Parts: sequence; structure tokens; C-alpha cells
Amino acid sequence: MGAEDIEIESRNLNLWYGSAQALKDVSITIEKNRVTALIGPSGCGKSTFIRCINRMNDLIKGCRITGKVLFEGRNINEKDVDVVVLRKKIGMVFQKPNPFPMSIYDNIAYGPRIHGTQAKRELDEVVEDSLKAAALWDEVGGILDKPALDLSGGQQQRLCIARTLAVKPDVILFDEPCSALDPISTARIEDLINELKHDYTIIIVTHNMQQAARVSDHTAFFLLGEMIEFGETKQIFERPVEKSTENYITGRFG
Amino acid sequence: MNAVVRGRIFTPDTADRAAGLLLWASAAATVLILVYIIGTIAYRGIGVIDISFILDSPRMSGAEGGIFPAITGTLCLVAVAILTAGPVGVGAAVYLTEYAPDNAVTHIITFGVECLAGIPSIVIGLFGYAFLVVYLGFGFSILSGGLALMFMILPWTVRASEEAIKTVPGDLKEGSLALGATKWQTIRQVVIPNALPGITTGVILGTGKAIGETAVIMYTAGSSLLLPESIFEPVRALPYHLYILASEGISDEMAYGSAAVLLGMVLTINLTAVTIQRYFQARSGLRH
Repeated sequence: MGAEDIEIESRNLNLWYGSAQALKDVSITIEKNRVTALIGPSGCGKSTFIRCINRMNDLIKGCRITGKVLFEGRNINEKDVDVVVLRKKIGMVFQKPNPFPMSIYDNIAYGPRIHGTQAKRELDEVVEDSLKAAALWDEVGGILDKPALDLSGGQQQRLCIARTLAVKPDVILFDEPCSALDPISTARIEDLINELKHDYTIIIVTHNMQQAARVSDHTAFFLLGEMIEFGETKQIFERPVEKSTENYITGRFG
Repeated sequence: MNAVVRGRIFTPDTADRAAGLLLWASAAATVLILVYIIGTIAYRGIGVIDISFILDSPRMSGAEGGIFPAITGTLCLVAVAILTAGPVGVGAAVYLTEYAPDNAVTHIITFGVECLAGIPSIVIGLFGYAFLVVYLGFGFSILSGGLALMFMILPWTVRASEEAIKTVPGDLKEGSLALGATKWQTIRQVVIPNALPGITTGVILGTGKAIGETAVIMYTAGSSLLLPESIFEPVRALPYHLYILASEGISDEMAYGSAAVLLGMVLTINLTAVTIQRYFQARSGLRH
């Protein structure tokens, strides 16, 4: 793997909530245009870790971080990093679909508008492209003025993905994107992730090991704030090196 | 106390029934008091109320004619109070909920808001007189009276706005921030629009409070019975007009008529607030 293939790298990342340490010395390398899955039992630090990548932990009081997260050759934890620019380049899709209580159109146009796009034609184009890329255009193309909250849960989550794409990020973080969805909606999101990896670098946190096996190229196993094992997904699932990885994957705990 | 006798007379069953009866009586008394007040005012006031009572100016100090200038005065005062308390209150609430660090200064501000709510209205009236009328030179005017009323309803506006802002789901805020929105963009486009129903209800209820307020405006707004031509002119608010009619023995009939109109205005405002709240609750209920 050459340096030009690396999108994000964390080095000795430690994180504390107050006095409780949630991440311990996590070093991980995320490849460009690949899907990296983070698995592990609840409370293992996987969600905390992806929230470090777009600095969402900034919002949490008493959160302290040491170590580096390198993106575009810079440590994003440095004070003078512009989080607005960072979050524009590193989008995030959340566990529970969280469309804004406005129209489908305005949801997608929200990002481009705050970043300065005002021209109607340009916005129309972004809305259409983003919805097509999120495999939602066929269902909502004719009802763009309808409230986003009238859509089903699965549609809402794809809308949130489209909303993220509209900002034209390089990386998309998925924080358990299917945990609130039914199996059919889940399958559609997984198909979508497989499509999106051609254009984006994707990191997905998931509780569902089959999902990790289906969608990801690389998998990292987290336990109690530590990254236990990281490698090709096939290797992690078929020949795990660490005993605890094997125990988790074979369903002995978690 | 004799336990045996007590046991015989107050069995748990009788106690239960007695409690039920007492609680029912308390609730009934509350409603009765309200009905009695509204009934008396309406019964004694309704006779003088007609179109000319609403739209005419008073003659002979209010013994005859209508109450149009007093209604106008009240509406002007309340308008100034809302237009100033609204933005300031929402601003303070946004600061307290979204920006203020969790420290001693913030606690003092929050405590200060509570204290402001507890200041007797006559004291605010005197302060308004000293500060607005005399020191700032606004004189007896709509401006002085409206601002004094603003001091009065500001804490309620802040509180209602704070509560409304706290109900905006955190995941909506995160969604906005994750798209690269700044804190202010998130507040302006996601937080405030979603808190608006609650804020509106709070401000309207504040209006209901302000509209009946007498002590605050008698030292600040003046008691002119002429129609005002600008906010720098004095007015007589409806409750103050009512007070003068009754206390100076000008006309009981007219006083009750004014009271009925005032009551009607307050009830309308409260009903509006409840309707708005219901409307938004029903709407959000459908969508979540």
C-alpha cells in the first residue's frame, strides 16, 4: 500500500470522557476508496473512534484527546484546523435517520446552501444527482416538496446519505446506519455502500458481523477501547489472529 | 388517640372516599371561582358593551362614551413589549442553552432571570418611572410603558424559549454540524425554527400577562385619554382606565364594561396560545 492510497491514519489515539478512558492507543490506517468496518461489542469505542475523525466529540463536555488523526497530511486534532472544512470533506450518516423537518428538496440543498450555493439551477442539479447516487430519485423525484419526515425509515436514511453526498465529501462515516432499519431497507443501504465505495472512502461502524463481512474490505475489531486486530475482512473472519477476535466473531460474547 | 375507634371510623375505604370527595371539591372550587368571576363581570358588563362602546372615545372622564383610546393604548403597549421581549428573550435563551459554559457566571444569570420574574410589578413600575420616564427622558409614553412591560415579561419569554430550545432533538443539531454547518447556521436554520412553536406560545402567554398589568404602566405610560400619534405619547391602558373608573367612582357600569372587554382580550390570547400549541403538537405527533 503506497502513501497515495492512504486516506486517514490515526496514531496512538487516546480519548477520555472525564476520567474514563474510551480509546487506548488506537493506530489504524484507512485506505482510499475502500470500505473499512469497525466491529466490536457495545461500549468498545468504535463509535467514539469514528466521531474522532470528523471531530464530533468536540460537542461533548469533558472529552479529552491525545494522539493524532492524519487527514490530507495534517493532524486534525490541532487547534487551528477548521472543523467546518473538515466536516465538509468528511461526511457522517447517523444511527437513527435524522432528516430535518423540512421538504425533501431542502434537506438535500441544506449543505450546499450553507456552503454558499444559491443558484436555483445549480441546487436542482445537486439535489437530483445526490438523490440518484443514493438510489432514492426513482421514489421521491416527483415529490421533492413533500416533508422528509413523511418518508419511511429506510427512505429517510437514504435521504440522509443523499444529504451527505450533496456536500461532495471525500470520506463518509457510517455510524451503525442500519440499526434502526428493517432487513429490506438494510439490504438497500448495503448495496448503496458497495456502489459508493468507487467514489468515496467509507468507514462503517456496525453491530452486525454479517454486514461487516458483506460490505467491507478491511475490518478492525475493537474491545474495551483498544483496537485488537485489523486486517483484510476475509482474513479477520476466516483466520483471526487474536483469540478475542475469534471469540467475538464466533459469537462467544458480545 | 384511640386506635380501635380510629380504625372503626376511618377505615381505609372511608378515607379513600373522603379523600376523593375533598379533592373533587378543590377542583370544583377552582372552576367555580373562575366561572363566578367571569359570570359576574360578563353579567354586569355586557349591558354597556356595543359597537360604540368599543369604537368611541370616552366623554366626561369615561362616565359616558367608549373605551377606544384605552384599547388602543393597551394594544400599543403590548406590541412594544412583545417586539422587544421576543428578540431579547430568545437571544438570552439561545445563549444560555447553546453557548454559556457550565460555570458560576451562567448560574448567576439563570438565577437572575428567576429573580427578575419574582420582582413585584409595582417595583418594576417605580423603576420604569425612575429609569425610563425620568432618567432616559422618555416621559410618560407608550415607549416607557412598553419597555417596563418588557422587563416584566422578559423572564417568562426567556424561560419558555429555553424550554422550547431544549426540546429540539440533539441528532438534528448533529446532522447539521456534520454537514459542515457552523454553530450559528445550525441555531438559525435548525434549532430556532424547530423551537418556534414553543417560543411563540411562551411569548403569547407573556402577552396575556402583560395585557392585564396595571401597576407597571400607571407610572410609565401615563393616563391620557387621547389617541396616541407616536410611541412617544402617553396612553391610558385598559386596566388602568378600569381602575380609575372604579376607584374614583366615575361609573361602575363603565368599569364593568371595560373589565369584560379586558377579560375577553385575555381569554382570546390564552385560547390562541393553546390552539397554536395543539396545532404543532398534533403535527409533530403525525410525523414522528
